[in-house]
Amino acid sequence: MSSPPRSSDPGEAGALSTRLAAADIERALHERLDAVLSSRRTPAEAAGHIAVLTRPAQDFVLHWVSVVARTSPELAFQFAAAAGAALCALDVEAAERWIVCAVDAYDRDGLHAGGTAIRAWHAFVGNAAGAAVSFESAARVLRLFVQGLAGRAMPVETAAHAYTDTERIYLPPLIDRQGRAHENFLLYKGTAVLLWAQSRYGTYNADLAAAVAAFDDPFRALSLLNALETVRLEACVARALPGLAEDLHAIARDPLADAGLSRLREPSATVDESIALMREMYADPPCFDSIYPIALEPGLAAAARASRIAREKNAFQGELARILEERKDGFEPAPAFTLEAASDDENAPAQHSTLKLDGTPVETSEDMAQLMASIRQDLGDVPDDYLVPSGAGAAAPDARAGAKAAEDSETLTEPARVYDEWDYQRGHYRRNWCHVREHEVVAGDREFVQTTARKYAGRIAQLKRTFELMRGDERRLSRQSDGDGLDFDALIDAYVDMKEGAEVPSLVYTRRQRSERDVAVMFMIDMSGSTKGWINDAEREALVMLCEALEALGDRYAIYGFSGVTRKDCRVFRVKSFDEPYGDDVQGRIAGIEAHDYTRMGAAIRHLTATLSAIEARTRLLITLSDGRPDDFSDNYRGEYGIEDTRQALLEAHRAGVKPFCITIDREAHDYLPHMYGAARWALVDDVAKLPVKVAEIYARLTI
Amino acid sequence: MNTNITSLRARVLQPEARLIEDEPYFEPVRDEVALFEAAYASRLPVLLKGPTGCGKTRFVEHMAWRLKRPLITVSCHDDLTASDLVGRYLITNQETVWVDGPLARAVRAGAICYLDEIVEARKDTTVVIHPLADERRILPMEKRGELLQAPPEFMLALSYNPGYQNVMKELKQSTRQRFIGIEFTYPDAAVEAKIVVAESGIDPADAEKLVRLAHMTRNLKGSGLDEGASTRLLVHAAKLMRLGVAPRTACTGAIAEALTDDEDMLRAVNELASSLF
Repeated sequence: MSSPPRSSDPGEAGALSTRLAAADIERALHERLDAVLSSRRTPAEAAGHIAVLTRPAQDFVLHWVSVVARTSPELAFQFAAAAGAALCALDVEAAERWIVCAVDAYDRDGLHAGGTAIRAWHAFVGNAAGAAVSFESAARVLRLFVQGLAGRAMPVETAAHAYTDTERIYLPPLIDRQGRAHENFLLYKGTAVLLWAQSRYGTYNADLAAAVAAFDDPFRALSLLNALETVRLEACVARALPGLAEDLHAIARDPLADAGLSRLREPSATVDESIALMREMYADPPCFDSIYPIALEPGLAAAARASRIAREKNAFQGELARILEERKDGFEPAPAFTLEAASDDENAPAQHSTLKLDGTPVETSEDMAQLMASIRQDLGDVPDDYLVPSGAGAAAPDARAGAKAAEDSETLTEPARVYDEWDYQRGHYRRNWCHVREHEVVAGDREFVQTTARKYAGRIAQLKRTFELMRGDERRLSRQSDGDGLDFDALIDAYVDMKEGAEVPSLVYTRRQRSERDVAVMFMIDMSGSTKGWINDAEREALVMLCEALEALGDRYAIYGFSGVTRKDCRVFRVKSFDEPYGDDVQGRIAGIEAHDYTRMGAAIRHLTATLSAIEARTRLLITLSDGRPDDFSDNYRGEYGIEDTRQALLEAHRAGVKPFCITIDREAHDYLPHMYGAARWALVDDVAKLPVKVAEIYARLTI
Repeated sequence: MNTNITSLRARVLQPEARLIEDEPYFEPVRDEVALFEAAYASRLPVLLKGPTGCGKTRFVEHMAWRLKRPLITVSCHDDLTASDLVGRYLITNQETVWVDGPLARAVRAGAICYLDEIVEARKDTTVVIHPLADERRILPMEKRGELLQAPPEFMLALSYNPGYQNVMKELKQSTRQRFIGIEFTYPDAAVEAKIVVAESGIDPADAEKLVRLAHMTRNLKGSGLDEGASTRLLVHAAKLMRLGVAPRTACTGAIAEALTDDEDMLRAVNELASSLF
């Protein structure tokens, strides 16, 4: 991902092979970590450890200290402290996986998680042997695999041990159990499937905490239960995914031939059988030797399950209310919903059981069917008390403790413009609700643009070629007065006319001409607080690549960022306007893009649509680069309200002749983007590191 | 060697004279057959919407058989012009001869004209079908200075894939609002398995697994796949399996490689296939 580290200190460039002395390293660390150092907290010790490393390893450490310090100086300090020991045991490749894993953990869960990941460098030892498979290398395939498998979206993350809370699947950072890499991958896959099965086949549908609490050693009871559940779920998996079971059989030991376990392997067995058997066996448990490093987490799962059940009940009832609303035609006693369950084939995908309203089936949307399938997974069936439509929609958004906006680093360029906002609960606009001001991004260090251009030089050249080809899409114009070829259709027409004695037309040539693309595109960049760190870097890199490529293509384009706090202070940041050339100023502003506050998307879309509509072009595109849902600090903008307002703003854009598209890195985008943008109007880039390359590719595909 | 040449030669058929003799296999998912028949009886054109490989073309063939009308299919491409559809003059022996295009032939013969993937065609082609698609039902033949009035038997059908991620290829409102829309989605699991069995002769248990694989890939739509595996791909895989190709190999070749070039995605689809087979 990152190029081999190079010392950024120009004075050292000539002596790449010479090891750095402890004092030099200490000075370098001082420069990079100044913010978190004090008289009692110095990098001297870390420098001492790093000093014994080889020069390439030293360069690697210093390079990553600077990279990490940009995200979090504290994390960088912890990295520096651990680096000396770690780099003795890890090669540079393994070490890079380690630090990337740690920064990811920081981005995801904050400093504590990042620090834990830094200290867990031991997990990456042994990678050099080549057989171990790291989560990072397998993550994308596993995520896609689980998404394909699961009807319900289950994000896959990494944690110290493997478990699921029924909302997410957590897998260990590394699996190094088997002698060959593909077997270790298979074990990852098997572990993920088993965790998926815990949620699919209802391990947590019983109160496990209560079941084990009665024993004098609840922990022992829980691990026995875990082993028994594994036996039961392996049988479920073998029925649903026979190919996987066969593959795993090759690396796993024979299953326990204990006759008492056979009832767990019956298709009708549930978690209750496992609990009953656990009670019988507790006194004298057989020796289970599972190849899966998984654990049960009753507490986490119960919490996740309870909140999901509440959320889904609410959503289900809200949906019923919506259905009722749609057919409001003067029914006097309110009509009653009933439910007729479909055949219960455990392997059948996406159950469509029929929801009936006063005896007549109701057409259920895809979302509703999914919701019902998910409820059924938790509770066996949709309970009767769910069939009462609610008044309100989904759960009220939680209040957020907000941080006050940071001091403005931008200059105000224009007075505020006011826009309406859509209130879905009212079904009306809130008039003149949002105040949008345009700011200009304060230029950053243009060095960033040049570094990016160098880093991706190969890709940029390739993109330019692709884009030039798009530009050079030649058309043969027929019926021209002169040109480089004869138009035979026209010639025959002329011949016919001539035969009939009519005037002979002279337009009988063909001419090649480059077709005018006539596209104007507005890029709308998410500058909310959540983009801080890597995402912001990736966004800026993506913009550099886009600009380089778009210059080759010749499409007119503008770049604006957006953020803000509350409706009174929605901000749109100008990076490049349509009539501005891609020069030093724009490059500086791209480098200066920073993460700010919240994402009140509706207002930004309305403002930028207005800007874009003023441009004369056959095709007007509004492409949003985003990292998550619309969100704001107040007004309950978060959640349904924000999504509905954004959707409304996009519909307005559509009516104004602007075609919106969204590129997101939010893996949960499925939940709301199709609703906001329409099924075909968005793309997910699930790896932030790939964003720079992907954005330009998506743009090319979108406009060919 | 040359004895078999004549028997190898493909049969030459006039499209407007050819009636589909054997019932093309089609498994109705909803009420599309009744809707199409009603549209035909009311002389309204239809627009078939749906992802690739879910049976739009087969449906039209089936309906042509059912209604006993010839079927003329035009696969639209980005160089298809109005005169490709309507017709043009050619020169033979110092004489100019008018040759009808497929659309004009269909109108004359009272056939069903099926324009497959209409959004791929040049914009000017849609203009030529407008008068044919409303209550006028006429095809203006500008070069001949004639108007062709369509007989009651003539029907126009278009297909269109709304899932395309391309803003340049959208159907104009003025076009789409002339048509009866029939939406095609993938059939439900049991019906889809039945189709795969009927089309390939594969074992029903394997067909059921293929359908489950298809559902898994459809879960991936939007996360790296533009489309999930279509029924057509399942039939391809099933046909390979029927001839003894190992199921995993068949799924890789017929499904994974057909869906994507992305390495991780290929791998994920193959992992899903190998979990089932």
